[in-house]
Amino acid sequence: MSFNRTANAIDLAPLMDILKPYKQNPRGALIPVLQQAQDVYGYLPQEVLETIASELRVPVAEVFGVVTFYAQFHLNPRGKNIVRVCQGTACHVRGGAGILEAVSHHLDVKPGETTKDLNFTLETVACLGACGLAPVMMVNENTHGRLTPDDIPGILDSYLA
Amino acid sequence: MSDTVTLTIDGQKVTAPADATILEAAKLVGINIPTLCYHPLLRPEGSCRVCVCKVTKARSFIPACIAKVSEGMEVFTNDPEVLESRKNIVELLLANHPKDCLACSRSGNCELQRVANNLGIRRVRYEYNRPEMEKDESNPCIVRDPAKCILCGRCVRMCAEVQGVSIYSFAYRGLNARVTPAFNLGLGEVSCTFCGQCRKVCPTGAITMKSDIGRAWQALRDPEKIVMVQTAPSVRVAISEPFGGKPGDIATGQMVSALRRLGFDRVFDTNWSADLTIMEEGHELVDRVKNGGVLPMITSCSPGWINFIELYYPDLLPHLSTAKSPQSMFGAMLKTYYAQKQGIDPSKIVSVSVMPCTAKKFEAERRELSASGFADTDIVLTTTELAQMIKEANISFFALPEDDFDPLMGVGSGAGNIFGATGGVMEAAMRTAYKVITGEDMEPVELEAVRGMEGIREAEVDFRGALKLKVAVAHGLANARKVCDMIREGNPRGWNFIEIMACPGGCVNGGGQPINLDADTPRLRIEALYRNDRNLPVRRSHDNPEIQALYRDFLGAPNSHKAHELLHTRYYEQYRSCRSK
Repeated sequence: MSFNRTANAIDLAPLMDILKPYKQNPRGALIPVLQQAQDVYGYLPQEVLETIASELRVPVAEVFGVVTFYAQFHLNPRGKNIVRVCQGTACHVRGGAGILEAVSHHLDVKPGETTKDLNFTLETVACLGACGLAPVMMVNENTHGRLTPDDIPGILDSYLA
Repeated sequence: MSDTVTLTIDGQKVTAPADATILEAAKLVGINIPTLCYHPLLRPEGSCRVCVCKVTKARSFIPACIAKVSEGMEVFTNDPEVLESRKNIVELLLANHPKDCLACSRSGNCELQRVANNLGIRRVRYEYNRPEMEKDESNPCIVRDPAKCILCGRCVRMCAEVQGVSIYSFAYRGLNARVTPAFNLGLGEVSCTFCGQCRKVCPTGAITMKSDIGRAWQALRDPEKIVMVQTAPSVRVAISEPFGGKPGDIATGQMVSALRRLGFDRVFDTNWSADLTIMEEGHELVDRVKNGGVLPMITSCSPGWINFIELYYPDLLPHLSTAKSPQSMFGAMLKTYYAQKQGIDPSKIVSVSVMPCTAKKFEAERRELSASGFADTDIVLTTTELAQMIKEANISFFALPEDDFDPLMGVGSGAGNIFGATGGVMEAAMRTAYKVITGEDMEPVELEAVRGMEGIREAEVDFRGALKLKVAVAHGLANARKVCDMIREGNPRGWNFIEIMACPGGCVNGGGQPINLDADTPRLRIEALYRNDRNLPVRRSHDNPEIQALYRDFLGAPNSHKAHELLHTRYYEQYRSCRSK
């Protein structure tokens, strides 16, 4: 019986290094292992989750349950750059929806999706704690404030260099 | 500390065991608190909140299925406040449940429907806002319809705790929360054994069987086909339940009558081929013991168990008896022996089996099980599906006269009959092995040591000093896993022969049996099988005159070349996703 494996083979050696200290006592290891694995692979592919499950002796279904429960874990590849467009109250009042629309249009992806060239992942957030700069978005660790839709192409393209 | 406590529930004084839950104590005085996530065979979880009660001095309402009783406790299960709260909880569940009850196979036997109706909910004030979820029909046995899932978690607990397979988990959250196999894969894509125990505990229509009723009607209406049916031992002790009978009522005669009325051209007994299985498997055991074959030998009748070992313990496959299951042996003999005897073209025969089992549907599709060149089994119907067909055909089950099976493959011994109970195959095998080894009949004919409901049971059978066999019986796949791990560790208990059945209690509690919430049901059905055994004229497989005729006229001897060709099989490692260790 076949099922979809990711297109490129994944090197599981770094995962084995992550798992090593936990194998003796796998209790409570699942979430830290998932976090470290995601740091290495950028997301959590099926092979990685199946390996974690079998090494920690946790059912695969349960691992899947944990990964889908927490927003911090990602089952699909993520872009090199993460764009977080704020849709909180202050940004909403000052045109946050238009900013999201402009980003979405420029990248040709919907919120939650990644561009085909894997350069950008678009996400929305409820507040970035920078309401004074509304409307705001973050690209990776950089905050861009007082945005207008016209600013968007230039800002995003600057991350392609 | 006293072993009992006294409390009041709805003003009734109750003396209950100190470790009882409020739910259990209430039952003692005839108070049935409604439940949904609770199931008598599973660890209670208290997540659905349908059983909430008011307890004096408690700060909030308390779920009766997990709260223990205490001395002097005062419980109200039906005061206006409790009822309103319970109604609201159920109303919220109904809001996100499809409203097409009339066309649901669980209609009339749905716990959600019953709870809602008993509460008198006549209107749902909330809007349906669940995302659309696809049906899973990825396998020949079980259908999942996540839209009908109320997230009670009974299937999750059954699969993880009783079966030790852990196919299901809760995933996602909020409105998107669902019960699913890993990666949203279908059951046919993950390492599911198709035992169907999840279906047995599902309170709604979220997990049901893949129906083969349509294919059966089609065959019955085809004038070119000769449709022959076999009925497993466990069907006769459960088939009356959907018509209002009690678990353990024996309805063999009515069942045979009903099958004739449905249009089956021949009606046969799987007990006959259970006897044949014993002849082949019993001789195989004696041969392995005497000639240094792979031991311990493990039985191979239960298709859920076969899927389990092929998926999870492929290194242990040489331990399996090569004997086909009674279902497949039956089909093989139908299309060779019977066809020849009656001068029937085997290509015209449709081999139908009625089984207590969902995994049998998968077994029937195995290409290696086609002794005659045609599939041994063409269509598998479960007990539940047969009951449905009887209803569709307007047959009044209890008004039927009692009828007998057709000759040549219609006589089964008491040994074949107890195949449906955990321990039954072992006992049947010992009755015949004893004869093979000592030349005498085992007395008493019963082997009490392997009976019962303990998860793993052991016995030593002494063959008049000629030989001693250490045998074990396990039921439920979590217990099968324990046995497999012990074999991997070198078989420290020194077992020679092991019976394993996938379902807890054995086939009588199979995934295709009628659903009912009474914890005593498996035991009552098992008692009926033993009762039936006592009442049968022939109680040992080798004494079955129709089996003796089969060997005399067709097969030669047990384990002969011809018997091997037609009645034995091979096992293969199965590769599917998500094998949990």
